[in-house]
Amino acid sequence: MTAPSGSTVGHGGLAGHLDAFVRAVREAGIPVGISQAVDAAEILTVVDLLDREQLRHGLAAVLLQRAAQRDAYDVLFDLWWPLGDRPAAEGEDGAGEPGESTLDVPDGEALAEDMRAELLRLLEDGDPEALRRFARDAVDLLGRGQPAPSGQSYFSYRVMRALSPDTLVAQLLAGLLGDAGRGGLAEQVARQTVRDRLAAFRGAVEAEVRRRTAAEKGRDRVAKNAVRPLVDQVDFLRAQSADLAELRRAVAPLARRLAVRLSARRRLGREGRLDFRKTVRASLGTGGVPVVTHHRPRKVHKPELVVLCDVSGSVAGFSHFTLMLTQALREHFTGVRAFAFVDSTDEVTRFFRPGVDVADAIVRIGREAQVVAFDGHSDYGNAFDVFADRWASAIGPKTSLLVLGDGRTNYRQPGVPVLAGLVSKARSAHWLNPEPHRLWGSGDSAADRYGEVIDMVECRNAAQLADFVTTL
Amino acid sequence: MPRQQSPNFSSVADVSKRLSTAGYLPDAQIATTVFLADRLGKPLLVEGPAGTGKTELAKALATATGSELIRLQCYEGLDEARALYEWNYKKQLLRIQASQADGGADWDTVHDDIFGEEFLLSRPLLTAIRRAEPTVLLIDETDKADVEVEGLLLEVLSDFQVTIPELGTITATRRPTVVLTSNATRELSEALKRRCLYLALDYPSAEREREIVLSRVPDLAPGLADQLVRTVRALRGLELKKSPSISETLDWAQTLLELGLDTLDEPAMASTLGVVLKHASDQTRAAAELRLN
Repeated sequence: MTAPSGSTVGHGGLAGHLDAFVRAVREAGIPVGISQAVDAAEILTVVDLLDREQLRHGLAAVLLQRAAQRDAYDVLFDLWWPLGDRPAAEGEDGAGEPGESTLDVPDGEALAEDMRAELLRLLEDGDPEALRRFARDAVDLLGRGQPAPSGQSYFSYRVMRALSPDTLVAQLLAGLLGDAGRGGLAEQVARQTVRDRLAAFRGAVEAEVRRRTAAEKGRDRVAKNAVRPLVDQVDFLRAQSADLAELRRAVAPLARRLAVRLSARRRLGREGRLDFRKTVRASLGTGGVPVVTHHRPRKVHKPELVVLCDVSGSVAGFSHFTLMLTQALREHFTGVRAFAFVDSTDEVTRFFRPGVDVADAIVRIGREAQVVAFDGHSDYGNAFDVFADRWASAIGPKTSLLVLGDGRTNYRQPGVPVLAGLVSKARSAHWLNPEPHRLWGSGDSAADRYGEVIDMVECRNAAQLADFVTTL
Repeated sequence: MPRQQSPNFSSVADVSKRLSTAGYLPDAQIATTVFLADRLGKPLLVEGPAGTGKTELAKALATATGSELIRLQCYEGLDEARALYEWNYKKQLLRIQASQADGGADWDTVHDDIFGEEFLLSRPLLTAIRRAEPTVLLIDETDKADVEVEGLLLEVLSDFQVTIPELGTITATRRPTVVLTSNATRELSEALKRRCLYLALDYPSAEREREIVLSRVPDLAPGLADQLVRTVRALRGLELKKSPSISETLDWAQTLLELGLDTLDEPAMASTLGVVLKHASDQTRAAAELRLN
């Protein structure tokens, strides 16, 4: 990118600017083909360029292909097509907003107090536009860092610390609920509303900080750090709680897709033998000419699947998703059995009855299933032993075996021969490992040794899980 | 390649106004994308969870532009014969037998005869292409169809022509406005997505949903609508198997109205929860989280 930092349009005019934007979008991991880039240029000729939202939605319509890409796109769009620094409607705010003179540090406390009161009012109103405008002022007045030779810097944490919006929740709830009683439905609904509005405010502050930083330091530097990885690229093991909910949403259709694929193949197996009687009967309608042949339906092949899942703390995030997958499969197939282990193994199929909530099932597994025999650290050797001992009959020549875990044995017996025995009895066997390939075999990981007897697949994020699912 | 004769809409605001008149309240994103699809003459691919108004958008678009809606519902196993055209072989057979009974017309006449218009069964795609009047072609739940159908769609949607070996190539005299919808149960092919404008629909914002409720159920008190929409949003915030859709919100509003309830408190909600949540596990979960008892 050769555009001088700070300017809105680099050389090459609008086309050059669009090109740079498209490249930034590509770098964020959103594939944009040449034809889409050309379409984007065509969009510029049709939309009203003075209407920023039209431009935003217009370009999104040709550049994006999945809903999950939208957040990253919006961040980049705000950087490349920033709002101008117009002195946004100070007059409208009304509430005696302090002017430039109060920028000095001594007044900081009083200023923060004033702004807190204003924020409370705005959050109660819930007008998104006013809230965004307020966020801009707040960053300007409260978010400045120490002036450095490299330029002025802005920090969202300074704004958040000065305003501490989270402490307003109680007041907001009181305001929203009015005289309606606390507790119960009304409060739950109000809490949700407050959460939404606080999140919107936080987002607005962060966007404003990014915009100002981009103006100071060049947007390329900001773009690299500002864009969060797409949901399906987030590591299972490092997912934060904010990602988890989104990840679950990404995994749910995956499970359905797998089920659809499996049943589709079953149906695509085409019809079986000719149904002679039906064909002759149907031919009467066409003067005795058998134009359409009828066939008997094929016998349904019921796939059997055994899932053996590590539920110890170190892979908790990962096992959650794989258990979701298990649950979805349970809803479609009868021949699915699930086993969980930490240092001992127990069958957990009963927790996954169709219609049961996955989160509940996982809590119940931790409470009721016999997965811990000694100290609650993974012991693959013992877990495999127990499984082979008690449920040897679960695996037969029609069964697919799926092992889920990181293969970290805490330097205990890995039990490779037992696993090899299980694999040899099964029709097919796979091991999904949430750790990156290069870490296999390091430290207490026995992944490379397991890899010699079972097909081990790296499965760090939803995208890789999707890949595995489609090859199954 | 024929461009669309004349655009249906003059500006984004025009789209908003006319869709609103047709009973569909679009937000800025929807209005802009529909406007572009109209201007650029590209198919519009609408993707989003069930119940966010994808099909409704196509219907409203047809009403707003005074077009007829032709719908191709996709399902597993959909093939050319169901999507494009088919020869009415039964009628052909009858024709042949009839000519034999007559004492035998010569083969050439019969041959030309049985592959004529009279024996062609036109399916949605061909119907949409042949129509001279304005048309909205809705290809619903594209993700349910097999991958092969996408190949067929690619051909039809890029050139708007269909080749029938016996009749020759039929080219669209007037390009239909095409809307494809998908629930994203399966990733559509890159090639298809590239040819379309992409519109990701999610559940509407609180303000927009409130407007939708008030416009569709005008007798509902605004205060109750507000409460209803916020409750529905709280329900969508829970991790349910099936989040309440817009139409279910409307059903709920209608229910409250019919029952003459003027506030949505715990007893009212407990007795009407079945209108929005249709899985037993979802109901127990919502009751637990929202402390309904």
